[in-house]
Amino acid sequence: MANPEDSISTAAIGVSTGKPATRTGGKRVRSFTADLSAVGEPALWGFGGALAIGIILIAGFLAIIAWNGFTTFWPKPIEQVELVDGTVIAGEPTRYNTFTVGESVLARLNDAQRQEIEDNFGFANRTLYKTANFDLYGDDFTWAADFDIANVERPSGYYLFERQQWGTFVGFPASLVIGGEETAYDQGLMQREQRAARSRFADIRRLERRDIGRINHNQERARLDSRKALLQYGENDPRYLARVEVNNARIAELQNEFVEVQQRISDIRAIDSQYRVILEEVNGRTVDTNLSQIVRFYAANDVNWFQQAGIYLSRWGEFLTTEPREANTQGGVLPAIFGTVAMTMLMVVFVAPFGVITALYLREYAKQGKLVSIVRISVNNLAGVPSIVYGVFGLGFFAYTMGTTIDQLFYAERLPSPTFGTGGLLWASLTLALLTVPVVIVATEEALSAVPRSMREGSLACGASKWQTIRYVVLPKALPGIMTGMILAMARGAGEVAPLMLVGVVKLAPALPIDGFAPFIHLERSFMHLGFHIFDVGFQSRNSEAGKPMVFVTTLLLLGLIVLMNATAIYVRNRLKKKYAGSQF
Amino acid sequence: MNTMTEAAPVRPIEPTSYHVKEGNQGIALKIKDFKLWYGQSQALHGIDMEIQKGQVTALIGPSGCGKSTLLRSLNRMNDLIDELKIDGRIDVGDFDMYGPGVDVIALRKRMGMVFQKPNPFAMSIYDNVVYPLRVDGVTKKSILDEVCERSLRSAAIWDEVKDRLNESALGMSGGQQQRLCIARGIASDPEVLLMDEPCSALDPIATAKIEELISQLRGQYTIVIVTHNMQQAARVSDNTGFMYLGRLIEYGATDTIFTKPHKEQTHDYVTGRFG
Repeated sequence: MANPEDSISTAAIGVSTGKPATRTGGKRVRSFTADLSAVGEPALWGFGGALAIGIILIAGFLAIIAWNGFTTFWPKPIEQVELVDGTVIAGEPTRYNTFTVGESVLARLNDAQRQEIEDNFGFANRTLYKTANFDLYGDDFTWAADFDIANVERPSGYYLFERQQWGTFVGFPASLVIGGEETAYDQGLMQREQRAARSRFADIRRLERRDIGRINHNQERARLDSRKALLQYGENDPRYLARVEVNNARIAELQNEFVEVQQRISDIRAIDSQYRVILEEVNGRTVDTNLSQIVRFYAANDVNWFQQAGIYLSRWGEFLTTEPREANTQGGVLPAIFGTVAMTMLMVVFVAPFGVITALYLREYAKQGKLVSIVRISVNNLAGVPSIVYGVFGLGFFAYTMGTTIDQLFYAERLPSPTFGTGGLLWASLTLALLTVPVVIVATEEALSAVPRSMREGSLACGASKWQTIRYVVLPKALPGIMTGMILAMARGAGEVAPLMLVGVVKLAPALPIDGFAPFIHLERSFMHLGFHIFDVGFQSRNSEAGKPMVFVTTLLLLGLIVLMNATAIYVRNRLKKKYAGSQF
Repeated sequence: MNTMTEAAPVRPIEPTSYHVKEGNQGIALKIKDFKLWYGQSQALHGIDMEIQKGQVTALIGPSGCGKSTLLRSLNRMNDLIDELKIDGRIDVGDFDMYGPGVDVIALRKRMGMVFQKPNPFAMSIYDNVVYPLRVDGVTKKSILDEVCERSLRSAAIWDEVKDRLNESALGMSGGQQQRLCIARGIASDPEVLLMDEPCSALDPIATAKIEELISQLRGQYTIVIVTHNMQQAARVSDNTGFMYLGRLIEYGATDTIFTKPHKEQTHDYVTGRFG
């Protein structure tokens, strides 16, 4: 088996060394293609495959959330379904699935139907209809199996009403009551009157929130002032009695104001009750409701694409800018958006100086030895502590220990009801700051150690002190790296829910942490959070099927919010990087 | 209690007199039996050396002979290293820079330094040059402007950068960066300028410019330069010290060292027989 290649190489060696070709006896064949394992192809396929799986998982996850989130608010048609047993239901088809037909159901079916199910290996399809009208039927949803359905239509004239209370209503507007006079239904009239009624509703709400809120706030302040005087001077002190007299006069004055506002509210209510709509559902039962209770209504089967798009956008608008209603399953999430952003920002305010200063000391000032190593390892390990543990710590230390002390020192007149002695925005931010501080410390330390030694030496050789060197040379150079740590911390903090449930997040906060009453920012108040909102809407509400679409929308919003906050931070970081960029030569 | 101010009264900074030197005669630094250890290993074994004012002194020797260590001892840069031990003294003017109560920061202001790799800060060219004055607390714009221009002119880079003083120094070429670092080194009007292999990271043209600059600065400043390049030492210096294994083998006028050295080792090294 003479290999031409082999003989050539042998000849070449023979010439160059001047020796006969005894060493290359012709056994070894020189190959010009490398061994497969040496090239690394199998490994490459493995690594590439792992990456691909990762990308597919993430993309799939995002796609599911985006699809469900973005389609939720699109208006769906209303189907009128006639069942075999004669009952008629009407509602939006929400989802479909396949189910195993039970024995008792099979028993009541005819032979043909049974045969069909048998051909399908005992399975059948069914549709979930959102029939709404919770006030009439006590349920929002009805399953209809394919074999039970006699006829499905999408008749014109069906309306979907979104109500302030009792959720949605599916049916027809039967007649209107305008100014106490009953008239026939007219779409244009109803639209005009509903808009006017909504503005009356907004008036009532504004009076309740702003005016009554202010009166209550001032009454409470006067009451607390009396109590403070009591604690300060004692019961029989004339100064106390004088103060009580002033405060009681103030309370009485406010009470008059309160009655006045109440009167105005009941005046509006009286007008409001003269503008009503009588709604009729598919089986003829009617509901009489104030027009002001109708948030939105449309003829589901008669709207064209542009009207649908309008409804879609108006629903998003409501979602982003209003408060929740119906046990969080409808309405907006503005307080939750606000709470999430406020808490994350506050967390960054706490974590940034704390983490950076700690890292500066560890890296620049501390003598690198055993103790610093132990501290560093401990900090790294802190990042692995389950977040709920931080929640317990936050509740026990911040709220119960520090908060109670603050209450006793500064808010004694409010006891026994706690001010800072319970969960709140401040304690939640501090707890999350504690949770994310290892991330910032590690990132900052890395950024500091990446600043070249020659730069520090250059600064010191100029006669700068150590602090001047750090301040003017090291920190600016390390700033992008520090910002990266901050971004990671923000992403971690904004997505955290478990510890928050212990230190201040609530299902429904009565007031935002920022309002018009001094001191305007109320760090002691509990707040709403999108992460907890998802948990609450999807799994804690009375009607979890109704909340399910909201879970996806809220998840989408939370993801979007985190992406937005991170993108802002990354933009700022890149601006800084550009400022300090350039060739090192 | 500031012994430094008594020993070395700070000259008032006036734009016109900022870079004007007084005397050029005498001894700038007197190194007496100076020993240095990094932990257990001794890096310098009793160096005795007098550095002449206003002249260029070169330190040559093979890698690891201690010439950079000696240079960095002259502005106490070695203080940054843990487990450093020293013995002996280095007199600057009439006091020992390793004596008790010496203000290291004030000392470094009297010793400008240029490093092996150009190390401009991530700031504008202007801010880089006036950095030594800024950290000294000088805020008056007219003084800073004056010093910036004079320093950049002295470092022969003014014409190249005068139109972009507010741009980042990191955008300059390596040779420009090094000349900027020299400008920064002389901005605070130091008595001595220490150069630690200032051309080793530069191309021949940039190197030639730096060497020319050193020649221009001769007489104005006392310059100590560490170099690997013997031709460079021969070209730019007045005096040369040859170091080997932590000892100063021979120190004298550059001509003598390169043409008729007294020691066998020096002869072998400068003729390229080892090293």
